[in-house]
Amino acid sequence: MELVLSQILAGLSTGGIYACMALAIVMIYQAIDHLNFAQGEMAMFSTFIAWQLLHWGLPYWLAFFLTIGISFVGGVLIERIVFKPLKNAPVLSHIVVFIALFAILNSGAGFIWDFTIKSFPTPFGTTPLFGTLISSHDAGMISVTIIVLLLLYAFFRYTRVGLAMRATAANPESARLVGIRVGWMIALGWGMAAAIGAVAGMMIAPVVFLEPNMMISILLYGFAGAVVGGLTSPFGAVIGGFSIGIIENLSGFIPYVGRELKLTIALALIVAVLTVRPSGLFGRVIVTRV
Amino acid sequence: MSEILLSARHLCAFYGATRVLHGIDFDIVEGSVTAFLGANGAGKTSTLRALSGMIETTGEIRFGGQAVAGKTTEELARLGIAHVPEGRGTFSRMTIEENLQLGAMSRKDRAGIAADIERVDGYFPRLRERAHQQAGTMSGGEQQMLAIGRALMMRPKLMLLDEPSFGLAPLMVDEVYAILRKLKEDEGVSMLLVEQNAAAALALADQAYLIETGEIVMSGLAQEIGRDENIRRAYLGY
Amino acid sequence: MSKRDALQRSNCARGQLAKPQVLLTIVALVIAVLLPLAVKNFVLFQLTLAMAYGIAILGLSLLTGFNGQFSLGHSAFFALGAYTAAIMMDRWGISYIWTLPVAGIVSLVFGFLFGLPALRLQGIYLALATFSLAVATPQLLKSKPLEPLTGGVQGIVIIKPDAPFGLPLSSDQWLYYLTLAVVVVMFTCAANLINSRTGRALIAIRDNPIAARAMGVDISLYKALTFGVSAFYTGIAGALGAIVIQFVAPDSFTFAFAIALFVGLVVGGVDSIAGALFGGLFVLFVPNIAEQVSKGLAGAVYGVIMILAIYVMPSGAAGLVRLVVSKVARIRATK
Repeated sequence: MELVLSQILAGLSTGGIYACMALAIVMIYQAIDHLNFAQGEMAMFSTFIAWQLLHWGLPYWLAFFLTIGISFVGGVLIERIVFKPLKNAPVLSHIVVFIALFAILNSGAGFIWDFTIKSFPTPFGTTPLFGTLISSHDAGMISVTIIVLLLLYAFFRYTRVGLAMRATAANPESARLVGIRVGWMIALGWGMAAAIGAVAGMMIAPVVFLEPNMMISILLYGFAGAVVGGLTSPFGAVIGGFSIGIIENLSGFIPYVGRELKLTIALALIVAVLTVRPSGLFGRVIVTRV
Repeated sequence: MSEILLSARHLCAFYGATRVLHGIDFDIVEGSVTAFLGANGAGKTSTLRALSGMIETTGEIRFGGQAVAGKTTEELARLGIAHVPEGRGTFSRMTIEENLQLGAMSRKDRAGIAADIERVDGYFPRLRERAHQQAGTMSGGEQQMLAIGRALMMRPKLMLLDEPSFGLAPLMVDEVYAILRKLKEDEGVSMLLVEQNAAAALALADQAYLIETGEIVMSGLAQEIGRDENIRRAYLGY
Repeated sequence: MSKRDALQRSNCARGQLAKPQVLLTIVALVIAVLLPLAVKNFVLFQLTLAMAYGIAILGLSLLTGFNGQFSLGHSAFFALGAYTAAIMMDRWGISYIWTLPVAGIVSLVFGFLFGLPALRLQGIYLALATFSLAVATPQLLKSKPLEPLTGGVQGIVIIKPDAPFGLPLSSDQWLYYLTLAVVVVMFTCAANLINSRTGRALIAIRDNPIAARAMGVDISLYKALTFGVSAFYTGIAGALGAIVIQFVAPDSFTFAFAIALFVGLVVGGVDSIAGALFGGLFVLFVPNIAEQVSKGLAGAVYGVIMILAIYVMPSGAAGLVRLVVSKVARIRATK
């Protein structure tokens, strides 16, 4: 029993990672109505930038916020330079460009900073809390995720820009008709998603260590968490992320399941959830009159 | 007194390589209601889309003294053209209140916006009742009212309405047109109205243009066109 | 000729060939047949593999391009076909020729079975589900219970077949012609399928499922069947791939391969039958080119080439061809 409990708590701390990632994913989905497959690589690249700043001697929190700013600008630039010219291309072509972005960032990071594993510091220390079940970093990470979530919620619900962004994602043509500068809304969405991804990356790196491939499985788990939670719900994304973390750890109890199959189990459960509730657990079921 | 608010000269419009408007000319007088009438596919919707910068055009469009041909949809909206599109263009996933707030997106005067929401609710009490309901769950008539309300929130100089009677039951059509009449008489809103339902449109409009396959075949006072039996039978189907 | 036949003939369905297209196809075939005389064995090997990828992409095209079901998991069916062939040849000593239909049928069944629950999923959710399949595949292949059959991490080695009946062809040349024959047969079948009533039903389901259902199309059956047929094609491609490479291992069939197939699909043109072949060539040759440009930045170069390809051909190579053809037709019409 104690073993199960400790696995659940361990799942909560890895779940915090996935929740953070899932939040970034839902964020960009709200902004551009697409899933950004390069999200993880953008977060990874941002984390490398932070590492570089720290390497050059900047104090942690300065590097942290500077990286967020740089990532925001980077996100906006990527949208304006790479995706704007593709406005009229079909959806599937967009996805290929996401994939290309993934390859470019992954390869680029490896080229600039090489593939050796680096350590990344945490501002929260690593003192174990509640016995050895959860560390202070995990607690810090979960807190940061919740803060970002609350900020996002407030942004979308209570600000005009947030409303304009939601409108742009929902119906770009109508958004134009009321005077919303749709192009800039989309760019803003990208910038915000890049910034959130940077936060996620900097929170995750101390745990999984920094190297160009660090985000790939996390991105998958993050997607799974976002989809299970329902892509229209940042709250659901966070819950989804935590759930995936717990499921992943608990599936270690199933016989024959080594580390490799854990991901498969998690994904299989996602598919099962989706078959029963196609819009995810907390997703708003969109009612449209035909 | 009666200034020309918008004028178009030699206006051609294209969907890709296909030309759908063949050099039309028209004027819209400030404070009046102009009707564009014609059969399905005649080019009425294309005219509105051309005025909103939604499709490719050549030719001249002057609005409030400026040349505006080639401007983007959002720029034209910010200049004061409120387009209520075909199919209403409602933000169906958002609440009614949010839809109205979105109408005021390009405005900065908070007090004015709040006052205007009150005003719009006054015209459409049903909207106030359902302020927090998802817009996509409303009936066609209610969505039409919402679309007009949203356009009003823009405090537009010119309202473009694409077939406001489309898909609505006759009683609903009467209600919508009664509201349009109020807007015209109480607030002097200039409107360009595109309609297949010629009778309703002609009852409200001051000027009317008849469009057939992308060309204007007739223009004149709405009353006269409405009275002429030959025109009605030939072009308007009644 | 009945009235219905005449109507069908006059329809401009996408797979149907017009006169200049028939001519082009014949020319292409002639070149393909004569190629081995001019080209080294290694290049033939690459071309054969590219053709196999082309068949796999054609399978994906039937599902995603023509039927609108987004799959990021076709590496799973490719692997299934490949392993079926390898197991049949190495473990059970069956001749390679029989592995093709068997791989196809095994994949068909699995594809159909996967297609059934997938009916409830749309768009990005379906993509995630199929992607899970792709991620799961190498792990399942490595798993302990299946190891005696699959050979675990080390995979299975196959012996390359020689040309039959003592023909004066090298192994590579024979496999090239065999694959070419399979390509011709399967591509023709696909074109006929798309042209038929079934094909039009598929496309209708993609474009407007509600209208399709209202016209009496049994959506569930068609969608699940399309999954099966799509897997059939990709499974046979996998078997061919295994025979040509002479080796199957779990890590040859990661999700990266599923993504590569998808990229090939889009670059070739999602709903183009001929485009699938272009996609296969792209998937095979461009990563090599990228590596030659810069070893350290090979991935980045590949990405840049992908982006450029999309900029120049937003609707794939087939889309570009259609655009050029329609522009030429317009110029001719206005003369």
